[in-house]
Amino acid sequence: MRRGWTLPILAALGFIFLYAPIVSLIVFSFNESRLVTVWAGFSTRWYVALFTDRQILGAAWVSLKIAFASATLATVLGTLAALVLARFGRFRGRLLLTGMATAPLVMPEVITGLSLLLLFISMELTFGWPAGRGLLTVIIAHTTFCLAFVAVIAGSRLRDMDESLEEAAQDLGAGPVRVFFDITLPVIAPALVAGWLLAFTLSLDDLVIASFVSGPGASTLPMVIFSKVRLGVSPDVNALATIIIVIVALSIATAGVILTRRARRGTRGG
Amino acid sequence: MSARPDPGADAAGLGARAVRRGRTARLLAALGLSGRTLVIAVPMLWLLVFFLVPFFVLGRISLAEVMIARPPYSPLWDRAADGTLNIIASLDNYRFLLADALYRNAYLSSIGIAFTSTVFALLIGYPIAYYVARSPEPRRTILLLLVILPFWTSFLLRVYAWIGFLQREGLINSTLMMLGVIDTPLVLMQTTLAVQIGIVYTYLPFMILPLYANLVKLDDQLLEASADLGAGPVTTFLTVTLPLSVPGIIAGCMLVFIPAIGEYVIPALLGGPDTLMIGRVLWDEFFSSRDWPVAASVAIVMLFLVVAPIMWLQSWLDRRGLNQ
Repeated sequence: MRRGWTLPILAALGFIFLYAPIVSLIVFSFNESRLVTVWAGFSTRWYVALFTDRQILGAAWVSLKIAFASATLATVLGTLAALVLARFGRFRGRLLLTGMATAPLVMPEVITGLSLLLLFISMELTFGWPAGRGLLTVIIAHTTFCLAFVAVIAGSRLRDMDESLEEAAQDLGAGPVRVFFDITLPVIAPALVAGWLLAFTLSLDDLVIASFVSGPGASTLPMVIFSKVRLGVSPDVNALATIIIVIVALSIATAGVILTRRARRGTRGG
Repeated sequence: MSARPDPGADAAGLGARAVRRGRTARLLAALGLSGRTLVIAVPMLWLLVFFLVPFFVLGRISLAEVMIARPPYSPLWDRAADGTLNIIASLDNYRFLLADALYRNAYLSSIGIAFTSTVFALLIGYPIAYYVARSPEPRRTILLLLVILPFWTSFLLRVYAWIGFLQREGLINSTLMMLGVIDTPLVLMQTTLAVQIGIVYTYLPFMILPLYANLVKLDDQLLEASADLGAGPVTTFLTVTLPLSVPGIIAGCMLVFIPAIGEYVIPALLGGPDTLMIGRVLWDEFFSSRDWPVAASVAIVMLFLVVAPIMWLQSWLDRRGLNQ
């Protein structure tokens, strides 16, 4: 089929639009000057400034702790939700669970943040728990919205997988718990790793929900960056962005190599 | 919360599985709970408490009055001297929202900004998705990962990147002035345009991925058949590709449009004082004015704005499902 030049050109322009801001972030993180437009020579001073900034380092540690805890909790709860929806047939409240497990995907963050904060305050007034707001409340909030992403990823893997494997194990006398841990879990494990990573990234990235439900002493990295960036461009934020982009690019390149190898093996085999 | 008893599990319970039942299972059975109910209950309870109940709390506080107290709103009920309960709830906050032009304009301009951004995200995202979907392997996987990469980096930092582009001394202005296209810098930052660019940029992967998932399934033979029947590339695109990709277009548009309505970070960083968006109004009402009841009612109205397109999408999907 004859193909014109219109599509590749439009797609190339689209990719330039996607990558130009990222490239400029990286380039100006090595700029000697504080100004973003004037190139004053190569320098790594903003990286030094970044690694001596106690506020940023402290917030990064807080964010990593929150992201690790909420990604793990969200993976457990999201997998359970996906398993229940994909395998348990009909039960009372199925429609409700389907709705609650997908709605957080599109819910505007300001609504989630405000409603959870008001819930935490009402609970504290009524039961005395959670006492104040901090790490725990942010972890609960992040788990709730990340759970939906894990449930979608785990659910699609569960629907794709061959159910006869589970049936065979059942016929051989394995109980439902054993079937899950010996058969289902190993098969859907790659999807759960992807879900955990996505939840980890989403938690690390969230500004709005954390701003509502966090308390004194539990400022997350995005909260600190936001307060810096509001005052204008600051090159140490560029340095931080570059580090994040390099980590993500390396991980994605690794995933890419694995995927293309697997695809090649797949075509050879088929 | 209870599940219907599973006849299969009961029958099997008589056989091999009963042997394997441990002490915990017997204890649960004694309490009238099956393992199945327990597995359903864990995610269900979590989501009920931390997703559904908050909306009721939100609704209840939206009916309260602002008070100088901790917490800063009136209680739902009041015990009078003779012991009777008086429920205090008023729709005053909603009347206030309707009467005040600020809120009405903020809702309308949020919808407007979200709508134009969605259209531009579609116009930019469609060619990318189509090109990636038509590419041979392994180029397709590499391009797809390139689309996903920005999505995994920080959202906040991607918005921040545009400040360096759009500000008075930013890259766009300095490039245009160097090329002699303009004499005085353009005002790009703190405008509605900057907010729209920010939304299109950050939400673009959400548009591309569902479109790609749809277009990659497109059957080559349909395109060949259309070409054999004498249709040019443009006609083929308009009569074959485009109609078949409508589900992808709708999914992508929803994933951009709905969260964009409530966006806070982008208008806060790129928008000016006259860029009204409802997410920002809610934020200021809560953090600056400390008027929690009004903030809650702003959120409830926004919730209906968000739920309406989801319901429409669901009914559209159902109708499509019935027709096919």
